[in-house]
Amino acid sequence: MLSIGLGHYLTLAAIIFTIGVVGIFLNRKNVIVILMSIELILLAVNINLVAFSIFINDLSGQIFTLFILTVAAAEAAIGLAIIVVYFRNSDTIRVEEIKNLKG
Amino acid sequence: MIAHSVFFYIFSLIAIISAVMVTVSKNTVHSVFFLILDFISISCLFIMIGAEFLGMIMLIVYVGAVAVLFLFVVMMLNVAEQKGQWFSSRWDGGTHIPVGLLVSLIIFFELIIVIGGWKYKPDLLNSLSINISTEVTNTRSIGNVLYTDYILLFQISGMILLVAMIGAIVLTYRERAGVKRQSYIKQISRERDEGVDLVEAERNKGVKIDA
Repeated sequence: MLSIGLGHYLTLAAIIFTIGVVGIFLNRKNVIVILMSIELILLAVNINLVAFSIFINDLSGQIFTLFILTVAAAEAAIGLAIIVVYFRNSDTIRVEEIKNLKG
Repeated sequence: MIAHSVFFYIFSLIAIISAVMVTVSKNTVHSVFFLILDFISISCLFIMIGAEFLGMIMLIVYVGAVAVLFLFVVMMLNVAEQKGQWFSSRWDGGTHIPVGLLVSLIIFFELIIVIGGWKYKPDLLNSLSINISTEVTNTRSIGNVLYTDYILLFQISGMILLVAMIGAIVLTYRERAGVKRQSYIKQISRERDEGVDLVEAERNKGVKIDA
């Protein structure tokens, strides 16, 4: 309990990952909150990679975390641009009213 | 050692609570601020565990750029305040809530089972690992590898950022009618023949320009 090992970090990452998944599943109001949940999921993956990298004593995990950061930033920019365009066209970004794809 | 574990529990508790608040809070601006708090506490964990470069990059990239981008969009679209509960739905009467919670719980317990029953081999990846040396700092050792072994991936990530930037601009660009704009193509494709007119000027009379 008192000495922090790899399992502690992996459990923290699992909890945050699950909270992100819950945020995607249950949200019926706001697409921006769904994008933030995706950011939470990517954050959990980053925690896993860094914890493994430190505990296995291998630097590759931290390098890949850097690349994941890059891709996450690009994804956030594109997603927010899509949301802005959708709001301009249809005046709403409520999830339950976005039915153009009949999903 | 005790201080390390105490701070681990404090930061992870803050991270979990703020992650819950991101998805639960009714005001989107509050969600963005809880996302910022989440990233700050996770980067504190990174700095504690010894990956200080990544912790700082996390602060700069997420808190400085991505979260501010979210905040801009929330303010711009005027969708901050949501009416009613965040999970209620008009269409299916809320049947998605138990199903979503069940699937999420299954995912969580699968992850926990994997973590609990798993031991990594001590000689895992022994041949291709880049060992972390204790003599140089974390930033320096990342820099040693990033610009030599991983230079192609580094450049590809730069290309990804460029494509994302162009894509965001193209998506949100809107051409409005009635706005006078510079036309670069017209400007640089002007020839001397159409721009300059040689006229024979009469003495004491001058030339009429707007003829």
